[in-house]
Amino acid sequence: MNFWLPLLVLATSLVAALFIFTLPEERHALRGSFNLLAAVVKIALVGWMIIAVANQQTFETRFTLMGDIDFVLRADALSLLFAGLSSLLWLFTTIYAMGYLEGTPQRSRFFGFFSLCVASTMGVSMAGNLFTFLIFFEMLTLSTYPLVVHKGSAEALRAGRTYLFYTIGGGVALLVGIASLHALVGHTEFVETGVLRDVSPDLYPALTAIFVLLIAGLGVKAAIVPLHGWLPAAMVAPAPVSALLHAVAVVKAGAFGVVRVIYNVFGVEFSYQLGVLVPLAAVASFTIIWGSIQALRQSDIKKRLAFSTVSQVSYIILGLSLFGPIGTMGGLVHLLHQGIMKVTLFFCAGIFAETLGITRIRDLNGVGKRMPLTSAAFTIGAFGMIGIPPVAGFISKWYLGWGAMEAGLHWVLGVLLVSSLLNAAYFLPVIYRLWFARPAPEWPDEQIPAGRFETNPWLLLPTVITAAFSLGAGVFAAAAWSPLSWAELIAVREYLS
Amino acid sequence: MNLIPLLLVIPLAWALLSLLLPRLPIGLLALAGIVLQLGTAAMLWNNVQVHGASSYAIGDWVAPLGITLVADGLTVTLLAMTALIAVVCAFYAIFYLRAYEKERRYFWPLFWFLLAALNGIWLAGDLFNLYVGLELLTLSAVGMVTLSGERHALAAGLRYLYAALLGSLAYLLGVALLYGAYGTLDLGQLSSLLDANLMTQLALALMTFGLLMKTAVFPLHSWLPPAHGGALAPVSAILSALVVKSSFYILARLWMDAGDALMPVSAAQLLGTLGALAIIWGGWQAFRQSEIKMLVAYSTVAQLGYLMLLFPLAIGQSQQSAVLAWQGTMLHLLSHGFAKAAMFLAVGTLVLAVGKKRVVDMAGISAKMPLALFAFGLASISIMGLPPSGGFNAKWLLMQSAIQSGQWHWVAVLLVGSLITASYVFRVFSVSFQKDADPQIRSTHPALDLSALLLAAIAIALGFAAAIPVELLTLPEDML
Repeated sequence: MNFWLPLLVLATSLVAALFIFTLPEERHALRGSFNLLAAVVKIALVGWMIIAVANQQTFETRFTLMGDIDFVLRADALSLLFAGLSSLLWLFTTIYAMGYLEGTPQRSRFFGFFSLCVASTMGVSMAGNLFTFLIFFEMLTLSTYPLVVHKGSAEALRAGRTYLFYTIGGGVALLVGIASLHALVGHTEFVETGVLRDVSPDLYPALTAIFVLLIAGLGVKAAIVPLHGWLPAAMVAPAPVSALLHAVAVVKAGAFGVVRVIYNVFGVEFSYQLGVLVPLAAVASFTIIWGSIQALRQSDIKKRLAFSTVSQVSYIILGLSLFGPIGTMGGLVHLLHQGIMKVTLFFCAGIFAETLGITRIRDLNGVGKRMPLTSAAFTIGAFGMIGIPPVAGFISKWYLGWGAMEAGLHWVLGVLLVSSLLNAAYFLPVIYRLWFARPAPEWPDEQIPAGRFETNPWLLLPTVITAAFSLGAGVFAAAAWSPLSWAELIAVREYLS
Repeated sequence: MNLIPLLLVIPLAWALLSLLLPRLPIGLLALAGIVLQLGTAAMLWNNVQVHGASSYAIGDWVAPLGITLVADGLTVTLLAMTALIAVVCAFYAIFYLRAYEKERRYFWPLFWFLLAALNGIWLAGDLFNLYVGLELLTLSAVGMVTLSGERHALAAGLRYLYAALLGSLAYLLGVALLYGAYGTLDLGQLSSLLDANLMTQLALALMTFGLLMKTAVFPLHSWLPPAHGGALAPVSAILSALVVKSSFYILARLWMDAGDALMPVSAAQLLGTLGALAIIWGGWQAFRQSEIKMLVAYSTVAQLGYLMLLFPLAIGQSQQSAVLAWQGTMLHLLSHGFAKAAMFLAVGTLVLAVGKKRVVDMAGISAKMPLALFAFGLASISIMGLPPSGGFNAKWLLMQSAIQSGQWHWVAVLLVGSLITASYVFRVFSVSFQKDADPQIRSTHPALDLSALLLAAIAIALGFAAAIPVELLTLPEDML
């Protein structure tokens, strides 16, 4: 069973994808039920593995691909952090997408590729060496493209080209990095505390170059400035796709790859010794500030959220590059926190657009009275992004700041402070408009009239739940099964073994 | 019982059968024959895997007098690939040719002659038999290109014929020189006899030129796109997937057998440079084509360039690097075979359904023909060299070889090639996702989509099962 479980987790979405592709377009009910069933089964399987891994079990699927290269899927504490997030959000995003795409064409293609994306994400999270990681990382690129261009408009196709230009370029950098590392070391296994500790110092320059290549390749998906250009462009895609890009899969896959490279390939101590962590922290800090400033300049809700992602994902990178367990916890826990908070925000943005036709911030005046639940969810997500307690984002920032102190990098505190102020500057006016501004005489384009619910319940339900999660992850951070406790478990295993 | 002769007897028998008795249900008959051949190839494959290489002397005459057929790990892998691609293409052709009543009459005999020639080339152990195989192959391939009898097809066929004949001539001249000097044409015997004198090198250079011509290596490629792009879909698939590989296979064997002593490193680097230019030029031309089949045909020109990287990576480099290069090249040959056949079949279905040939005519096609497009997509993954696919694993091996021999310029070529490939492949996707277009399509038989999907799936599966062919490919390693 320990051999098959990782494959099974992968198969739940892979089989769903293949099944959905072959279904005729008009079998909406069957497709929806099968998709939801697969999502629930996946959550159950991942849940099972989480409990087992907490009890020191491991799950590994391994076979030889060719020569000295193995295909490895392994469920360790780190992979389950990401797999847990993705499988949970897959369920909610699927529910949301079913509501969002009601009555539109090409749903078979959409949900098929959506499931394929999640399958790739599962592979990314459970990959046990860089080679396997690369397989799923590229598969993710390819399966996301049809979703980005889903609308088929000239603008969407242009965004698709931009997306490919960046991600395939990044893939090439990553490939060169991995191939060189393999040629140098002979394998690319992920091992707790890394595999490079004993290499001869002659190789340090080459390893530094490889580190830069790997981070650059991963940094495209993680939207590190200046490799972030595709992310705002991809905003033309439907809201559930944005949620997928920003919270469930793509951006996270990049950030997660950085985790793997620093902790399981180079090893955090070796990276520190190599002197690559502080420059990385500087790049991440720059991205944080730059993303926030750009977000401030946007008048479109989704664009503002997109630049907010650019900034927020680099919190994760920043946390990883702070040498010490506290910073690690801050970075890892933000991987989860940012996911649930950002998915909430994108769900809300989609609801505003679908229900009232609002896509610009200045049209949000007074929406709070018309749509209290959605507005409340948006407020929770935004508070989290700013880092106001008790929302999850506060916990992340607290640990990041503490980690920076421990690492002796006091300037990072300044970065955190400035970025929080900027976050407040671009989120608080939105919240003010929602609740306190006087509404315009009529909404731009009201599609769904207010009935028993303020909007389509398929859209509302997942939004409310993820908002509740964002709050819960902060309030119950000290509980045994909170994201923070899981991040602590990983940090302990990384530093104390 | 020795299975080797069966692989020649079956296609020749079926060729005669379909030529002489055209009133039989030839398509179904062909399917039966090809399944039989697939079974034989599979059994031989298994034999070689268990017992090692085997050989068969026709009429029990041994070299240098008689004809010896050799089945080693590489041979059986190629035989299996040929049978597998041929069986799917034959299945496709049965349904595809319903629209081509006239062409069907001669398609099947030519198809079988072509298979016999291919199997003969894979199995041949001496240079003269390789020549005979090449000639039979050329004639049947040219015949298939001109099946439709249309003006452009005849022109393309004639051009193909001239190029191939010129290639044959050069090859034959080289063979004659070698025979004059050493008195044998057996590859195994020659490889120990050859010494580095001007005559030998001239002979080898002539043969190399002839084979480069037949493989359509840049800048000798101009006959390929009209021939492959203008033929019927199943013909294009077979030509691009199999036929051009056969002359490359001879070239590779020749160079690996002759070895470092005879083949100067500079010549090997030159061949690699031609390959690099093919990758760039072919990719660029593919990007520029307005007809979708021509795009795929130029993609073949580019992909053949990757094969040429074998020479600079293997000649004059370390054993380890040479082994990796050999495995990578052969894996590329396999996965390109499956992927390109799938691509031509998928594109053939699209053109058949839409009734127009240009890329822009495929606007909005993803809504109407998702399966054909999906097959094209899966095949493209391998052609681009992205994981998971056989194409990616091949590229990985070539890259490892280049890195280990310190030849970073070939790494750069591999990467640039991938980027160019992505740009022309996604041109098709970009068009196919357009929203406002509403193409009128004729319905096509689902078997067409299924065939393309099957081949594409194999190209992808090679990404996970590359160990199976790669381990067999290490068998001819002793000849390095």
